[in-house]
Amino acid sequence: MSWVTKTFSSTLGRKLLMALTGLFLILFLIGHVSGNMLLFKDDGGQAFNEYAKFMTTNPAVKILSYLTYISIIGHVIFAIMLSVRNKKARPVNYAEAKSGTNSSWNSRNMGILGTIVLIFIVVHLQNFWAQMHWGAIPTVTYESGEYKDLYAVVNLAFSNIGLVALYVVAMAFLAFHLNHGFASAFQTLGLNHKKYTPAIQFIGSAFSIIVPAMFASMPIFIYFSSLN
Amino acid sequence: MNLTLKVWRQKNSSDKGGFVNYNIADISEDMSFLEMLDVLNEELSEKGEDPVHFDHDCREGICGMCSLHINGKPHGPQQTTTCQLHMRSFKDGDTITIEPWRAAAFPVVKDLVVDRGAFDRIIQAGGYVSVNTGGVPDANEIPIPKKIADEAFDAATCIGCGACVAACKNASAMLFTSAKISQLAMLPQGKVERKERAEKMIAQMDEEGFGACTNTGACSIECPKGISLTNIARMNREYFSAIVSSENV
Ligand code: HEM
Ligand code: SF4
Ligand code: FES
Repeated sequence: MSWVTKTFSSTLGRKLLMALTGLFLILFLIGHVSGNMLLFKDDGGQAFNEYAKFMTTNPAVKILSYLTYISIIGHVIFAIMLSVRNKKARPVNYAEAKSGTNSSWNSRNMGILGTIVLIFIVVHLQNFWAQMHWGAIPTVTYESGEYKDLYAVVNLAFSNIGLVALYVVAMAFLAFHLNHGFASAFQTLGLNHKKYTPAIQFIGSAFSIIVPAMFASMPIFIYFSSLN
Repeated sequence: MNLTLKVWRQKNSSDKGGFVNYNIADISEDMSFLEMLDVLNEELSEKGEDPVHFDHDCREGICGMCSLHINGKPHGPQQTTTCQLHMRSFKDGDTITIEPWRAAAFPVVKDLVVDRGAFDRIIQAGGYVSVNTGGVPDANEIPIPKKIADEAFDAATCIGCGACVAACKNASAMLFTSAKISQLAMLPQGKVERKERAEKMIAQMDEEGFGACTNTGACSIECPKGISLTNIARMNREYFSAIVSSENV
């Protein structure tokens, strides 16, 4: 085996990839949530539709979006490989285990939390991303030209209370995933020091609550707007 | 006090094994946990039954042999070794569940005894400083800042008991391996071989079938010596810098 294959078949090499892809996905979440805040703008969706067009056509964004697809796929593949290995390392379980006294629930269930997030990602891509790329969606014309009216698609989707509930619940699971994952990634990278680890932990906790809450507020806001 | 012990009994490594209940009376709260098991074994021997096999050696918290999973925790309810656990941590009438360490890399030999040879092989892979020739240098010729010496010493207090593996949901040996890598990587004598050491010890750790680290932190909480997670971060740094700069292509 060459040193590269050896590294990425080792536990630590795989953890390194989990951490790097996880951190990249965290950056993606920051970009995604910031852009989507345009949904709150009271302009009939013009700013949001212009932004959606930019995101699907700009070449620099294209590169970033391919990196995001690769990160999700890589994160999932290495999550499966590590989880299988970890399961095999403890073939017989304890009859009695007080794991709650030594570790947090979400740190022990990253695989389950991640799987739920993955199911959500697939549903979410089907709802909007696939529509924007291949769906027949209405167009609107502003001064700057003709745009696909993704804003209308989003509004229609979130007038359905079931879908709103699904999104809100999924964000809760994402919050738990990030509540452990954010700080964990820095520990994996070897960044643990009394100077900055408390700050990382604080930012991680805040991030894991604020960002999913911002995402969840969008379907809720649109649902209540649709009632009027 | 009177207790019910629910003990894992297993004839040998290929036996399926199962729990057997024993009632035990008149246990003093000043006894250590192992002394309580000695009382049980004396009774079993007198009845002509096979005593419960468990590992122990120093009985003073320094050898790391006394590997028992008690009431859902490695070494029981206190952050100490089983030999240093006293019966005052339990109440009259309690049922105490006693299991062996559970890890593919620590196969059960008999009853509560597991083979922790995997740890020895990790050490053999690189947990040493090669001294090939020459006399012993004067200690004061190698200045080591007190802080560094203390941190290396803290890592070196790991007794190889395996509670970290037992506590981890992935049966990961990262805390043990990182303590052993750290105690040498911080000192001038150990720095010479640090890259090779990190690569070899981690390769051996994987080879033995231990799991990966999910950073749950259970290991450090259950470690009788309080080995810190900063050692795992240090091991990761050692490894990542070794893979991009060592001589092994
Ligand atoms: C937006 C989506 C996601 C983000 C931002 C994210 C982020 C992270 C981060 C930062 C970590 C910590 C890495 C480390 O401990 O070094 C992590 C761990 C993990 N993630 Fe994700 N993740 C996402 C989606 C997923 C998905 C879809 C899965 C599906 C299986 C998943 C499964 C896991 C697992 C199993 C771990 C723990 C790995 C281990 O240490 O054993 N994640 N995630
Ligand atoms: S790190 Fe702690 S729990 Fe693990 S073997 Fe060393 S002393 Fe035991
Ligand atoms: S018997 Fe030596 S540490 Fe317990």
